[in-house]
Amino acid sequence: MRPVSADCVRVAGGQGFWGDDQEAPVRQVEGGRIDYLMLDYLAEVTMSIMQKQRSRDPAAGYARDFVPLMERILPACVEQGVKVVTNAGGVNPPACARAVGEAAERVDVAGLRTAVVAGDDLMDRLDALLAAGHPMKNMDTGAPLASIRDRVRSANVYMGARPIVEALQGGAQVVVTGRSTDTALTYAPMIHEFGWRWDAYDLLAAGVVAGHVNECGAQVTGGNCLAEWWTIPGLAEVGFPIVEARAAGDFVVTKHEGSGGLVTLRTVKEQLLYEMGDPTAYVTPDATADFTTVRLSEDGPNRVRVGGVRGGPPTPFLKVSVAYSHGYKAVGTLVYAWPDAAAKARAAACVLRRRLDRLGLAFDAVRVELVGWDSTHGQLAGEPPPDLPEVQLRVGVRSDDRGAVERFSREIAPLVLAGPPSVTGFAGGRPAVQEVMAYWPALIDRGAVEPGFAVDFFEA
Amino acid sequence: MAKVRLLELAHARSGDKGDTANVGLIAWDEEAYHVLVQQVTTGNVKHHFGEMVQGGVERFELPNLLALNFLLHGALDGGGTVSLMTDAQGKVLSTALLRMEIDVPAEMAERVRGRGRPPGLATAKAGR
Repeated sequence: MRPVSADCVRVAGGQGFWGDDQEAPVRQVEGGRIDYLMLDYLAEVTMSIMQKQRSRDPAAGYARDFVPLMERILPACVEQGVKVVTNAGGVNPPACARAVGEAAERVDVAGLRTAVVAGDDLMDRLDALLAAGHPMKNMDTGAPLASIRDRVRSANVYMGARPIVEALQGGAQVVVTGRSTDTALTYAPMIHEFGWRWDAYDLLAAGVVAGHVNECGAQVTGGNCLAEWWTIPGLAEVGFPIVEARAAGDFVVTKHEGSGGLVTLRTVKEQLLYEMGDPTAYVTPDATADFTTVRLSEDGPNRVRVGGVRGGPPTPFLKVSVAYSHGYKAVGTLVYAWPDAAAKARAAACVLRRRLDRLGLAFDAVRVELVGWDSTHGQLAGEPPPDLPEVQLRVGVRSDDRGAVERFSREIAPLVLAGPPSVTGFAGGRPAVQEVMAYWPALIDRGAVEPGFAVDFFEA
Repeated sequence: MAKVRLLELAHARSGDKGDTANVGLIAWDEEAYHVLVQQVTTGNVKHHFGEMVQGGVERFELPNLLALNFLLHGALDGGGTVSLMTDAQGKVLSTALLRMEIDVPAEMAERVRGRGRPPGLATAKAGR
């Protein structure tokens, strides 16, 4: 099926992160008419996890959940003409596309045309880029990447809509990308369908806003919505978002009829502000959107119209996301019961710290929280009452010295018999020692990386 | 004048960018928005959070959404995977801001009393 009219394209959001509701994309395809299904799998830390997986297995390094999902929905997508645009490719888009091709064969879908968008992975080129005078300074601290070069585990530049549009123009039914921006997955189909020019910045900015609305799944359709949360119906079968876009740049945010959740001015506003920096300059590789120009209006039940979006040109830079090893951490917990639960938990934390000091262990950070009292609102929670029924003591440590963190993990259990009383909840065993992957945001000249972006097509 | 919590004037959502948290504060209506613009200043927000926010506070106005966006720098113990906080990504810092108390005309305070909480849970003295 084609769009409702040639003037309208329905782009559905089906995943807000790697690990989101696996049934949501199925409901999006089966629940009513859509033209595109957009699936966002990548968060900042995800790339380093995938890089680690690929280093162990050259055929790994992408969102594996995507393959069984495609096996379920591909026949319906092909029959209904729904195109899939996803960044599930992670650090290995070709392997992901091959796995999708194999899935297509298993469900007897013949002639599936898949496009692979890659070239974002800078790991092999990092030293060449540094040598060529691209310092990739940390955007927050100004430090040069060279200062942590030996600890870098992944480095990817954010690609915009251009290669995805090229893939769609090449007739792909499924587009698998590496580190494309979340928003581009939604607005690339609009550029393709409507033939928007690359200098039509108001239109591109409208697409960016649509992408921001779509990229976190149910967070715009009633999920995680604080505004009168108790009135939001049917979260068990919550409808994921659908953007009905028009060539003129305005669009409607909605969800399938009969699905749970809610689309109102309030749910849309909360998502518009999520992870927002300077709202007048939301920078993407294709345009800069001004969120202070967004105009919202109600357009019937569970329909919010978005218009008025203004935008400007993108910057000469693209953003690079680097993950690097930053020591180790572990978090241990114990539960203390009434009476004086909080006082006991604090006393236990003091005993623990003293034992760690006597062992001569060095930590970059030690953090003590009382879950059930101050772990989310800190000092704003005030002093805990003596009659608090129970509280969980949560102690975290971080250090470059793995041995110190391991030793910490062995010091939690002894508190049960050799610390303050009325303590339980140690069934989980020793806290796990985790390697910390820190995030290094940087900018790079477009010209240094854009020629490396490439689109390849597979037929299965 | 009488004290109200921001919860009675606005809803909110927060997120992260590295070690910076953002809180989008969305007024229930235009009257509340003007109060927020006047009273929820960067200085007041910084004072409210105290040591919880190590760096500066920035504020952006979105009158089109009746909203203010705050950036709280150095609020996440390094942020992301580095942070040892339960709320390493600042997901619920929004509600910590909604605890803040400001002064409004007594008549307005009376009208907004209990907003933002389920009926029955929203007593006048709840959580104070």
